[in-house]
Amino acid sequence: MTDKKIIYMDNAATTAVRKEVLDTMLSYFTEHYGNPSSIHSVGRDAKRAVENARRQVAAAIGTLPQEIYFTAGGSESDNWALRSVAEMLEKKGKHIITSAVEHHAVLHTCEYMEKYHGYRITYLPVDEGGRVNPEDVKNAIAEDTVLISIMAANNEIGTLQPIAEIGKIAKAAGVLFHTDAVQAIGAIPVDVNAWGVDLLSLSAHKFHGPKGVGALYVRKGVRINNLIFGGAQERNLRAGTENLASIVGLGKAIEIAVAELPEYAARMTKLRDMLIDGILAEIPEVRLNGHHAERLPGNVNVSVRYIEGESLLMRLDLLGVEASSGSACTSGSLDPSHVLLAIGLPHEIAHGSLRLTLGIENTEEDVRYVLDVLPGVVQTLRDMSPLTQPSCIA
Amino acid sequence: MYSDKVMEHFEHPRNVGELPDASGTGTVGNAKCGDIMKMDIKVENNIITDVKFKTFGCCAAVATSSMATEMIKGKSVDEALELTNKAVAEALGGLPPVKMHCSILAEEAIRAALTDYRQKHPQG
Repeated sequence: MTDKKIIYMDNAATTAVRKEVLDTMLSYFTEHYGNPSSIHSVGRDAKRAVENARRQVAAAIGTLPQEIYFTAGGSESDNWALRSVAEMLEKKGKHIITSAVEHHAVLHTCEYMEKYHGYRITYLPVDEGGRVNPEDVKNAIAEDTVLISIMAANNEIGTLQPIAEIGKIAKAAGVLFHTDAVQAIGAIPVDVNAWGVDLLSLSAHKFHGPKGVGALYVRKGVRINNLIFGGAQERNLRAGTENLASIVGLGKAIEIAVAELPEYAARMTKLRDMLIDGILAEIPEVRLNGHHAERLPGNVNVSVRYIEGESLLMRLDLLGVEASSGSACTSGSLDPSHVLLAIGLPHEIAHGSLRLTLGIENTEEDVRYVLDVLPGVVQTLRDMSPLTQPSCIA
Repeated sequence: MYSDKVMEHFEHPRNVGELPDASGTGTVGNAKCGDIMKMDIKVENNIITDVKFKTFGCCAAVATSSMATEMIKGKSVDEALELTNKAVAEALGGLPPVKMHCSILAEEAIRAALTDYRQKHPQG
């Protein structure tokens, strides 16, 4: 096990911290460890570092530093955005529009608002590629709609949503628009003004920054309320001493990710298509999940008939390939991924899904290795499966 | 999350396949839920002389099927009917709580095959 080469293809789950990012962070643990709220020079140094990171994040998404709030990650940003806007606009109405394929951080917040605060939630369907139809958004807007929340790119199937089109619709209707851009940063160009979004969530560890830190963009003029009560940090809205080193790491990571985006996207798209084409050519009865063209550069998601995802993952893991799946066994429930069901896959096909998400460390050699071992793994599991006999297919 | 024993049975499952001349066959579970187990048994003189399985499911489903076949091979039909899911799980060095249903499925698959055998051979 110890000297086995690991081919990590689960970059949508998390990424390794870049060396330059880590190097930048380290001195903020031991040398520049000041509390950004302290008025002495050590404190002021820390404050400058936080504000520099805020500028880096703002520049990366085409906005101003005063519209960036640091959080503990994507889920916190999503929770804060939804609850906050809903509470601030409660008098206007209690209707939120979202989609069936959102991250659970959005879906479960919506369920909470529905259950405990009497909100009405519209979960828009998606087409077989996983896309929301902007016309559906338009038609769903009602008198009492206070927020639209549609993710920029799906974490499971990599589908990109028509965010700019939805942004126009939201603006014309005077409804606030939030997007979960956790998977999009560093992978596709993100510009809050070109997209017409009012709130945006991002998370550092998806683009080679540290875990446990993220940000929420809130357009000037949009009112949000307190997430944590206490000190004056984050413009009095999220109290608590800043996660200094991580915030510095987020700033550095987003700066590099955006600078390298064109090269990254070109290289990942090439590897992705090599992987997709290879899998579809080498293995019978496999389908590509998600959209063919409107897709994250590093995302591959396929369903392999007659076999179950967790078994597939574990066999790949034994061969040093790290992947993920939307099967029930990996989700910890009896149902397979809500995203795969939303694009219309029957349960038994959804159980056999495999997600390979490429990252900057992956090479053509890695892709060739996966293409080399995957057909054998699939065959072994199919030989073991009762479903390959037509009489057993439920 | 899985014991070494589970991983070992998953990696090298025993008794995978089918018996063309099976004395009894049982299939339990369904593809919708993500688990199907099919067991074939060969019974001679009331002794289970051979058993094969095919499973669609997670690691635990494969490992419990494999272990269950090992535990009933060579046993009498009555002894095999005593097999419990707990015994299968214990023999595997335990299962994560969310995977206990896999051991239940293994017990049910064995029972279904034995029941099928009894129905086809009422005198046995």
